[in-house]
Amino acid sequence: MQDFVQHLINGISLGSIYALIALGYTMVYGILKMINFAHSDVYMVGAFASYYVARWLGIDSNPSIGTLIILLLTSMFFCSLLGLLIERLAYRPLRNSPKLNILITAIGVSLFLEYGGQVVFGADPKVFPDVMKDFVLFSGAGIELTSFDITVLIVSILAMFALDFLIYKTKLGKAMRAVSSNPSVASLMGVNPDRIISFTFIVGSALAGVGSVLVGMKYPKIDPLMGMMIGLKAFVAAVLGGIGSISGAVLGALIMGLSEEMVVAYLSSTYRDALAFGILIVILIFKPAGILGKYSVEKV
Amino acid sequence: MSSAMITTENLNVHYGSIHALKGLNFEVHQGEIVSLIGANGAGKTTTLRAISGLVPVTGSLQFEGHDITKVPVYKRVELGIAQSPEGRGVFPLMSVQENLEMGAYSRKDKAGIKKDYEMCLDLFPRLKERLWQMAGTMSGGEQQMLAISRALMSKPKILLLDEPSLGLAPLIVAQIFEIIKKLNQDGMTILLVEQNARMALKISHRAYVLETGKIVMQDSAANLLNNDEVRKAYLGV
Ligand SMILES: Nc1ncnc2c1ncn2[C@@H]1O[C@H](COP(=O)(O)OP(=O)(O)OP(=O)(O)O)[C@@H](O)[C@H]1O
Ligand SMILES: [Mg+2]
Repeated sequence: MQDFVQHLINGISLGSIYALIALGYTMVYGILKMINFAHSDVYMVGAFASYYVARWLGIDSNPSIGTLIILLLTSMFFCSLLGLLIERLAYRPLRNSPKLNILITAIGVSLFLEYGGQVVFGADPKVFPDVMKDFVLFSGAGIELTSFDITVLIVSILAMFALDFLIYKTKLGKAMRAVSSNPSVASLMGVNPDRIISFTFIVGSALAGVGSVLVGMKYPKIDPLMGMMIGLKAFVAAVLGGIGSISGAVLGALIMGLSEEMVVAYLSSTYRDALAFGILIVILIFKPAGILGKYSVEKV
Repeated sequence: MSSAMITTENLNVHYGSIHALKGLNFEVHQGEIVSLIGANGAGKTTTLRAISGLVPVTGSLQFEGHDITKVPVYKRVELGIAQSPEGRGVFPLMSVQENLEMGAYSRKDKAGIKKDYEMCLDLFPRLKERLWQMAGTMSGGEQQMLAISRALMSKPKILLLDEPSLGLAPLIVAQIFEIIKKLNQDGMTILLVEQNARMALKISHRAYVLETGKIVMQDSAANLLNNDEVRKAYLGV
């Protein structure tokens, strides 16, 4: 039982990292109806940006809460910038092209970043800077809460609340929802859809940037292909929750994180990565719209 | 005569190889209700889309004497052009209130927005009871009221209405036409597209008849109501 609670905590922690990345997929899908395959590579670049900035500032040897904040901001900044550039340079010129062209372009951008990353950063793994000391904050009843777990939870929950506030409580968020619902009607209201789309890429990428620091902290080995597997899982999480749905992405990611943790704990760690594919197949067969996904119905 | 709000000269719209508007010349003057009538596919919706900027045009399209063919859609709202689009286009997953707020997206005058918000709710008390309902779950008539109100929330100088009576019960249709008339009496200029030609002509000052992308007739609404051709083709008598 105590084991189970511990696994529950680990699963939620893993799931909240997936959620940060899944949100980027779902937001871009919501607004452009496309899968941004390069999203996981934006995440990777965030990790490398933090790595280099930490070394440049010399803060990698001196972990503290300040380090965490600086690296989060660094990663968010570079991810946003990259997301913005990708949208401007690769996707915007294809706005009115068939969806398939855009999808292929997204795969191209992803490959470009992965292999470009190997050229620029080197293919060998690097060690992510120490963000903070890992210590046990709470121990008892067979459960251990480490500073890492708590940080992951707090940071990702804060990020998600901030996103929720942005989308549901601000004028900009309303415009985002309007554009994702119907871009031409939104433009009739005075919204410039291109600006909102850019902004969506910025926000989604920034969340991935938060994710890369949290993952770097927990699993401090980074390499240019590090985005592939976690990106795939986050993508499956978004599809599971219902792609395009914000709360769906969070829900899907939590399910994903929890089931992965449980599978590894109670079955075998060899199934860790197979699980994502298994879940994907099952949803595509039984509920292609995902748990919270809905096809909006228009009245005529 | 009052000043021209919309003036077009040789206005053309192409959808790929389809030539949807073929050189339209028309005007809408301040304070008027002008109707566009015509069969399905005549180009009525396309005309409104052209004025709002949703489709590229060739020829001249002026708003208050300035050429606006190069002005992007989202800036035409600020100039004073609002449209309630065909099929209403409410944002289904937003509440009634949020839809109305979207209508005022380009405005900054908080007090004015509040005033127009109250005005819309007075105009359509039904919306007031449903402020928190998701627009997508409202009835067709309620959605139409919302779409018109949302357009009004931008405080337009001209209101473009695309088939406000589509799919509505006769009683609601009459109600909506009453409101259009009232808006006009309060000074709003309106360009109205309608299948229901009789109702449209009854409240309009002037009208244009469109056939396959061309204006084939134009006159005062009263004359068109008595015109034999119009009566046969569009009024079903
Ligand atoms: N997006 C589009 N692509 C290609 N052709 C289009 C498009 N939109 C409209 N058309 C064509 O342009 C012509 C005019 O269409 P429009 O929608 O303006 O007609 P309408 O008068 O509003 O008809 P209705 O009364 O049925 O609404 C039609 O022949 C239509 O098929
Ligand atoms: Mg039409």
